[in-house]
Amino acid sequence: MNRSGLAGMIAALALAVTGACGRHAAAPAELQPKAYGAAIVLVSGEKQVAGVGAALDQPVVVQVNDAKGAPVPGALVRLAAAGSVRFLPDRGLTGSDGQFTAGVSLGSSAGRYQIVASTAGGSGKRAEVRVEEIALGYRETLGQQINAIHCIRCHDSESTPERVSNHDNLKAQPHSFTEGAIMNSMSDAALVAMIGHGGAALNKSAEMPPYGNTLTPAEIDALVAFIRAVADPPYRPQGVFDASN
Amino acid sequence: MSLGGKIAAARRLLFGDSARTFGTLSVVLLALLAVVPAKDYFREWRTYQKGYLRLVSKRSDATSLARRFEPGVQQVWLPELGVVDRCATCHVALKESSLADVKTQPFRPHPSIPHNLSDFGCAFCHRGQGAATTVEEAHRSTKSWEEPILPARYLESSCGQCHLDRPAGTPLLNQGRDTLAQYGCVRCHTIKTLGGVTLAGTDDPPSLAHIAEKTSREWIAAWLKNPQAYAASATMPNFQLPDEDIRDISAFLMAQSTPYRAGTAAETAPAAAAADAAAQQEGASLYGESFCASCHATQNAAGTLVGGTLGPELTRVGSKVKTAWLADWLRNPKVYDPETKMPHYRLDSKQIGLLLGFLGGKTDSDFLGNRHFDAAPKAEIEHGQKLVIERGCAACHDINGVKKPDDFAPELTLVGSRPLAKILFAPGVPETLPDYIAAKIRQPRSFGNALKMPQYTLAPQQVDGLVTALLAQTEGAQTVPARLRVAARRPSDYHAAGKAGQLIEDMSCFSCHTINGRGGDMAPELTWEGTSVQRAWLVNFLKNPNTLRPALIRRMPKFNVTDAEASTLADYIMTVYQTPAFDRDALDGAHFTAADGERGKELFYGKYACQSCHIVDPNQDKGYIGPTLTQVGVRLNAAWIFHWLKNAQSLRPGTLEPVWNMSDDDARAIAAFLMAQKTAPRAEAARK
Repeated sequence: MNRSGLAGMIAALALAVTGACGRHAAAPAELQPKAYGAAIVLVSGEKQVAGVGAALDQPVVVQVNDAKGAPVPGALVRLAAAGSVRFLPDRGLTGSDGQFTAGVSLGSSAGRYQIVASTAGGSGKRAEVRVEEIALGYRETLGQQINAIHCIRCHDSESTPERVSNHDNLKAQPHSFTEGAIMNSMSDAALVAMIGHGGAALNKSAEMPPYGNTLTPAEIDALVAFIRAVADPPYRPQGVFDASN
Repeated sequence: MSLGGKIAAARRLLFGDSARTFGTLSVVLLALLAVVPAKDYFREWRTYQKGYLRLVSKRSDATSLARRFEPGVQQVWLPELGVVDRCATCHVALKESSLADVKTQPFRPHPSIPHNLSDFGCAFCHRGQGAATTVEEAHRSTKSWEEPILPARYLESSCGQCHLDRPAGTPLLNQGRDTLAQYGCVRCHTIKTLGGVTLAGTDDPPSLAHIAEKTSREWIAAWLKNPQAYAASATMPNFQLPDEDIRDISAFLMAQSTPYRAGTAAETAPAAAAADAAAQQEGASLYGESFCASCHATQNAAGTLVGGTLGPELTRVGSKVKTAWLADWLRNPKVYDPETKMPHYRLDSKQIGLLLGFLGGKTDSDFLGNRHFDAAPKAEIEHGQKLVIERGCAACHDINGVKKPDDFAPELTLVGSRPLAKILFAPGVPETLPDYIAAKIRQPRSFGNALKMPQYTLAPQQVDGLVTALLAQTEGAQTVPARLRVAARRPSDYHAAGKAGQLIEDMSCFSCHTINGRGGDMAPELTWEGTSVQRAWLVNFLKNPNTLRPALIRRMPKFNVTDAEASTLADYIMTVYQTPAFDRDALDGAHFTAADGERGKELFYGKYACQSCHIVDPNQDKGYIGPTLTQVGVRLNAAWIFHWLKNAQSLRPGTLEPVWNMSDDDARAIAAFLMAQKTAPRAEAARK
């Protein structure tokens, strides 16, 4: 074997080794904060609703402020959450406006996820803010679809360019499904009856039509599951509980 | 003592004579025999089963939970589906809905879904290794078994292994399949779904056979450089071509173009209206009145896209099309493209001039830049043709002298089952199939600069949808028993007959309305329209469509039809589009009494609160979800209203009107009340 061949082989081997190592390169060096804030506040991205495991439409944006409430650029923000929530990125320094933006993918089970965004204060004190997001399972997603077709025009007072709200045209102001204070006080059976038989049958406003002949029982159950999923404050079902709690 | 001495002593102790040897071997044999039960005793799944019993023992329904618990390995075996699943061995509480508050795996109950565990098992939907009984082997890929569990975000892909029917519960899968069809993916990649049906494109890539008549070479070059710079909503991907290639491709496209109509260009093209503010304003009004925005979007001052997505975005159309071509197109788009979704508007020369002025003003000098091309030498044109063939342009576009390539890109029918061992991962991509597919869609060229797949501009949710739709393309999906398949609705190629049929095609009614299974969903279905409406109203509406549903922003345009055309269409609709369910003249309005109407009015406003969605009296009713009913007595037939009130979904599936299931008496009374609404009461100015 001639020399150049040997040298080539060694070079190739070295390349292969470094390449293989490169794949398992250590995590990037720990970010060092350039500044410290006293408080962290949520700017946007709260209470979003998405399917399990799905990426949220809007990123979560938080802002680090100093003791006087002015934004702090260069502060280190970390995001954490229980469950298999993924962040992109999960830590970083705030920009010139004191804000840090991250994409969020929810975990694999339906329910609420609490994201904790934290920043280290100068004196070692930690400031944090909690952000709640909602993941929908199969039934809740189906309910969301039904809501979008049959319910939202009256039950959501917000209009969009594609969907004008009918909420303000009604005498009985329909409750938004996120109004936990009202929705949580109704049992599943009461909600099913309301959707299926309409308002008039239950001595409420006849403006709520009966959907029992339009939707199947499974669809009405799915709609109830969706209403439960988005209620704020969260719905806590009555029933069997772990006695150790 | 030396080491040798110690060994010798031990040997004497254990094997000194035959009795000692026998004793030693017996002990060893016993120990060996104990290995198997011990190994079994310490199996991972036993730990979970014990943990479960500890968990339920603290709950109020402990007795019934413990009674339903079945110890040992649990298996679902479905030879027909190739399912051998032992997941329930550890996931012991799948059917225990009372454990809904338990969040720790493997003890969570399964969320409610429309299928039974015993019919499908687990791995058919969740993938992973169903037969494994350790956490590692069941969920993650190992050397011997390489299918890992499917991440929850792509779970809907498993529904797609049987379902082609757009289930309401799988929005991401449906959206992904739509994207495959709308972004031209299926024009290069063959994708056969269950039952061997090949996915077809629903996009409408324009023919380039007459491109030189329509636009300039400079525009083609700027477009090729970055289609999204022209229209953010453009579905044409970016081929990331070097400038010389763009120069040559644009040269070839101009050279291959032929005139699209015999003779010369447009006959006496009307000149664009003067570019003064008044004419611009008039043109803008005509654009609005013609409801162009129902299909075409433009960017407003704030940079937001406003308008429909059926036609191309027009924000910079003035920088694109030639005036003579646009005049021709506005006069009758079917001449240039017989298949276009754009209706033939029957505009007069003045109107065309106004629109030319308005649209011609929508320019963007930044987009074209300072490009200027001189006549191209033959070598550049030939090189351009070579590039067009290499890049597969003809897979989507008709181009003179270039044949549509067959199987231009790899078939993706089984991409959801592609073995990981056969995939070359780009550095930095997690080595799983979903991550590979997502990376490939996001940045195809990151897998190699020589790859032909272009760069698409997609939102993260669109990528998730595409990955979901592609992961549904498994080997399992191809072998699903026929009884489990849920087929897509059969596409209809319905055409109306005769002269009316020609008019329906000419005005592109199917772009918005569905008739007999064919058409769009922007406007109401018209399959039974002849039973529904009165002829005199229909003729009037065709000539001068007025707004029926105030809350809608997509409206029926005015097509400027002649009396004869309106009459032909109305005759056809009244005769042919009739439901077999009942006779439209079955309920004679003349038999309604004033008392009927009074009772109907009470029911309308009281029991059924119809005013929530409909307006009869504009002075007090406010609901605007359904059509305005101020003149419904001249629009609809009494029998239609009667049956609509009983079951509207059976007449127009998917309509927002709930199924009231009204008694005959109530339906008749409300029909009487509504049939009396013949003239629009004048809305009085609100006095307070």
